[in-house]
Order: sequence, then C-alpha cells, then structure tokens
Amino acid sequence: MKELQYPFDAGYILKKKKSIKKQLLADNMPRVEKKIAILGGSTTNDIRDITELFLLDYGIKPQFYMSEYNRYWQDAVFDNPELQEFAPDIVFIHTTNRNIIKYPDVTSTREEADAILKDQLSHFETMWKAIADKYHCPVIQNNFEQPYFRLMGNRDCFDYRGRVNFINRLNMAFADYAESHEGFYINDINYLSACYGIDKWSEPAAWHMYKYAMCIPAIPDFAFNLAGIIKSVFGKNRKSLVLDLDNTLWGGVVGDDGVDGIEIGQETHMGQVYSEFQKYLALVKNTGVMLTVCSKNEEENAIAGLKHPEGILKPEDFIIIKANWDNKDRNIEAIANELNIGLDALVFLDDNPAERAIVSSQLPMVAVPEMTAPEDYIRTVDRSHFFEITSFSGDDLKRNEMYKKNAERAAMQSQFADYGEYLTSLDMVGVIDDFLPVYLPRITQLTNKSNQFNLTTRRFTTSEMEEVFADEGYIRLYGKLTDKFGDNGIVSVVIGKINGDTLDVILWLMSCRVLKRDMEYAMLDNLVERAAQKGIREIKGYYYPTAKNKMVKELYADFGFTKISEDEEGNTVWSLETAGYKTKNNYIKVERNKEND
Amino acid sequence: MTEQEIYDRLNEVFRDVFDEDDIEVNADTTADDIEDWDSLAHINLIAAVEDEFGVRFKMGEVSSMKNVGEMVEIIKERA
Repeated sequence: MKELQYPFDAGYILKKKKSIKKQLLADNMPRVEKKIAILGGSTTNDIRDITELFLLDYGIKPQFYMSEYNRYWQDAVFDNPELQEFAPDIVFIHTTNRNIIKYPDVTSTREEADAILKDQLSHFETMWKAIADKYHCPVIQNNFEQPYFRLMGNRDCFDYRGRVNFINRLNMAFADYAESHEGFYINDINYLSACYGIDKWSEPAAWHMYKYAMCIPAIPDFAFNLAGIIKSVFGKNRKSLVLDLDNTLWGGVVGDDGVDGIEIGQETHMGQVYSEFQKYLALVKNTGVMLTVCSKNEEENAIAGLKHPEGILKPEDFIIIKANWDNKDRNIEAIANELNIGLDALVFLDDNPAERAIVSSQLPMVAVPEMTAPEDYIRTVDRSHFFEITSFSGDDLKRNEMYKKNAERAAMQSQFADYGEYLTSLDMVGVIDDFLPVYLPRITQLTNKSNQFNLTTRRFTTSEMEEVFADEGYIRLYGKLTDKFGDNGIVSVVIGKINGDTLDVILWLMSCRVLKRDMEYAMLDNLVERAAQKGIREIKGYYYPTAKNKMVKELYADFGFTKISEDEEGNTVWSLETAGYKTKNNYIKVERNKEND
Repeated sequence: MTEQEIYDRLNEVFRDVFDEDDIEVNADTTADDIEDWDSLAHINLIAAVEDEFGVRFKMGEVSSMKNVGEMVEIIKERA
C-alpha cells in the first residue's frame, strides 16, 4: 500500500490506523499467519497496531500475545501456560533505556561499573536463554537508545561512569550475543532513534503520561523497522533491483547527450552523486541482490553508457539488460520470468514519475519507491528495508554469479538439438546427503524462501530445523549441484518423517535455478534408496496447493507415485512402493559428502 | 483561523481516529460522549490533533483538559 511505503506520513498512519487495517484486510491478498509475542518494558499497544499494518502489507497476518505492562521478564522466565499455549513463531522484547535498572554514577569504581554491566547483561541473558529453551523460536530484542541527558557532557561517552558510555558498552554486548546466536536479532533502535533525532524520540511527556518509551509520532518508524526484520525472518524480502539508466544511474540522457555528455564521476557535483549511488548499488549487489536494467534506450547506447570509464557498475554487473522501447511493465514481467522469481521480489527504481505510475498500476506487486532527487536515492532505497538481511549464507554472496551462469547455460542449450545431449554436456555432479550443521542456515533459509518448486510450503525456523536435525525419526536430504559453469550451491531439500514402515515426505523443495536438470530425479533415487535401507515399504508424498506452486502439482505423478486422495482444496496425497523402484536420474553423477563418510 | 474552522478540522480528526463518519464534536464533548474514547484512544487523539494543527500540548494541559472546548481554546492560542 502506497501509504505504508517509505517515506510515509507517520501522522496519517497513526490517525487512520483503523481504516488502513480495514482496507488491507479487504484486498484478499493471500497471507501467512504468524504468532508474535510482544514482551514489553513499556506501553506497546500502538506498536502492536502499527506493526500489524506493515506486516499485513508484507503478506503476513499476525496474531499477537502481549505481556502485561512491564512484565516482559517475568513472562519470559517463569512458567507461563498462556504463552506456552500461544506457541509464538517469534518473540519480540520491547525494552529501552527506561528499563535499565542501574547505571554507574560518579562515585563508581571501574570494577563496580563492570559489575553493574555484567548484572544488567545477565538479567537479559537469563531471559533469552529461557525463551530459547521454552519456545524454540526466533527472538527480536531492542538494543538501547542514547540517554537524553549527559551528566558529564561530552565526557559521558568515554568515561566508564558516563551513561552514554554504559549504553554503548551494553549495546556492544547485545551485538556480541546476537552474532553468536542463530535466530537472535537486534532491533537497532540506537540507530533508528539517531535517525529520528534523540531529542524528539525521547519525549519525556510520552513516558510520564502514557509510559511510552518514545514519542507517539515515532511509532510508525519504529514499527516499520521491526516489521522489516519480521518479514525477512519469514522469507518476504525482495530479491532484485530493476534499474532505469538515464537520470537514475547517471545524469543526462545517453541517447541525446552521448556517452561523453552524461554526468558520472568526480567532474561535477551531480556526477559525484551518481557515482556514490552506483557505489552503493555495487555494495547491495555484493549482498546477493540481483541487478537488472530496464531502460527506454537503444541497446547500444545503454551499453555504451554503462561502459563509461568513470562508471562503477559495468554491463557484466547486471544479470539482464532490457534496453528497448517497449512498455516497462512488459519488460519487468519478462525480467521476473527470466530470473524465475515472483514480481513481489522486484524493486523498480526510476526517476520518471510517469514510468513509476505505469509500473505500479500494472504490476502492483512490484515495489516502486519515490525517486525524487538523486542525492536522496541511497537513503530511499536503504531505509525501505527491501533487502533486510537476517541470515547470511555463502550462497547469497554468490547468487549474482550463479544467475549469470544460468544465462550462459541457456545460450548453450540453444546449440543442442537434443535436450539430453545438452544435459550430458553440462557434466553435472551432485552431492546428496544427510544435513551437515554448517548447512543448516542455508537449508532453513531455503524453506522460508522457496515458493514455486515447493510441495508443502512448510516453513521452518532455525530452532525447528535444529530439532529435525537432532531427531533420528527423519530422513533428511540436501542436494548440491555443480556443473561445468560452476557451483550452484544447495538447491534442494527433502525431509521425510519415519512412521513405522511408511515415510511421510513433509518437505520437498528445489530452487528454480536448477529446473529441468534432472536434480529432482537424483533426489528421489537417493531418497528411495535410503528409505529402503531403513526398511520402509511405502513413501507418501503430499502436495498442498498455494498461489505459487502450481508447477509441482503433478510432480508425484511424474515420479511414478499413485494418487490416493484429493480433498476439496486440491490437497493431494500420493504413494510409492519402495520395492521394485527403478532409478530415474541419467545425467547427474551423484556423490556423498565427504564429511558424512 | 476561526473557531468554526478549528471545529471543522477537529471533527475530521475525531472521525479518522475513531473511524466513525458521523461524529460531531462541540465545546461540551467529553470522553463519555464517544464510545471508544478510552485512555489508549486518547493518546492517539492527542497525537493526531497535534499533527493536524502543528501544536504541542504541554503535559499539564493534556491531563487537565476537561472537554473539547478547552482543547479548542489552546489551539486558538497557538496555531
């Protein structure tokens, strides 16, 4: 919804929250339901209400548990049947510097100050451990905003007795904890309140009258920041930037002004601004976001512009370059198809309001931020939380490269008359084996990101995946695929639950970047072999239809399973005898992982 | 800004905050007259009025305001 897009009007959102919620719920968008526990050290009612709006906009329908005012610690640490029964998918702990029980003061020795810090930290760590033990779900914890007065003035930041110093140390300790604990995320209100302005944020009246730890108008900014983390944890990040060229990546129009006439580089003020924006985009690309171009231009002019000697981004930095005179919405649809990702994974950046209007009206799933002045481009993209990173796997870093190789494979495919001949020429080697601890983050991430080739669309949190990993009652498989163009990384995950001599396949997913490579057959061969070794006679497959997974509706039929039931919603159950199974993979050489031998 | 203009704008704010299109406030309106006007809604209302008129109420004023009329008096002084 436009009203919830950065930079939003916070006053409008607060005032209209009821009618905005009605509008969102009336749009019939499919939404995943998630249970969110808010444990607050201050009032959280409006934080809940506004966070709900942003989550609904992201396609998440939240249900909330709220602790009583300032009972966050007790609620988490002690037995809590209500919260147990609620079974949260995520716990958010809303504490602020109003909840710091004790600070060092000017009479403290260094040892005393250290002891106070340790106490404060263990107060939180006790709670985090209790939550991890009882609720096995991701935790989002606020760090601390800066204090709104400085007793010693500037000395407060470097003297161990200062509050600024104490809060900075505490924030560092929280960061250390987050770095060493999977599924633990910091909601960085220290940064957020700095952006907002600490004088406005720390409105004393809001605290003394309502026990809000921030001023009321800051709540939408806060909620947007929080919702950004939550949607990322639940796999709702965007994946690709679609970029216009003229006046978006450089100043001027390359077709009119010529390559020498466009502004990029250190010669002019505007040129510097565009250089900085290109540098920023190069950094974004390094995090795994795919860059593409959609520009109304002659292709040779577009390429010439991208080859400008002062430019940071070069033609090879983009996976797809669409430079033509077709409507942009058409080109953007084609980009989504070629990358094999949904329109809801795209962000379109264009300085031209008319182009933005066409794209957002024709393709409402595409994010289209307002790009008003070039000097604000970075902030607009950055603050919109399109690519909020909550887990970082090695595959993210290589994604651009992998998609580029896909384009090369497609080019090669066209040289072969016979598809089998093409597959043979790829020299594919697969590694298919039980999970390894080092791969758990990537495997979990795949369960939250894969939508199309995903039979049950079952999502796993980090701790749920750890439980599956520790349980002997499952057959787990991950598949990696390498070919002569390079390593695709982990592309497929299968989990089957053993029930006597039956195996129930609760998860079967594959990345669309390896479609039609026979990888699914290699996985099936391996699964049947392992199942048979464990004395399993029957494998049961389940297909649950969603808006996105039609491509695998008949996968089990293709595998040779027999359909045994189908209900009104189209959920189907399939069965295969392990005895007499004939292997199906002809093109991939399969190996085991060396670590599991 | 005339008193009438203030009331017109104030009515819009009340209608938005309580999501009720037929609210009409006057000088004597209090929390008892509007069903959803509880302490939590009061927080939203004050924030929305401040946003609408670009004023900031002092803490003492928020806690001592007895009816909409007193709110309008403060807005008249400051907006």
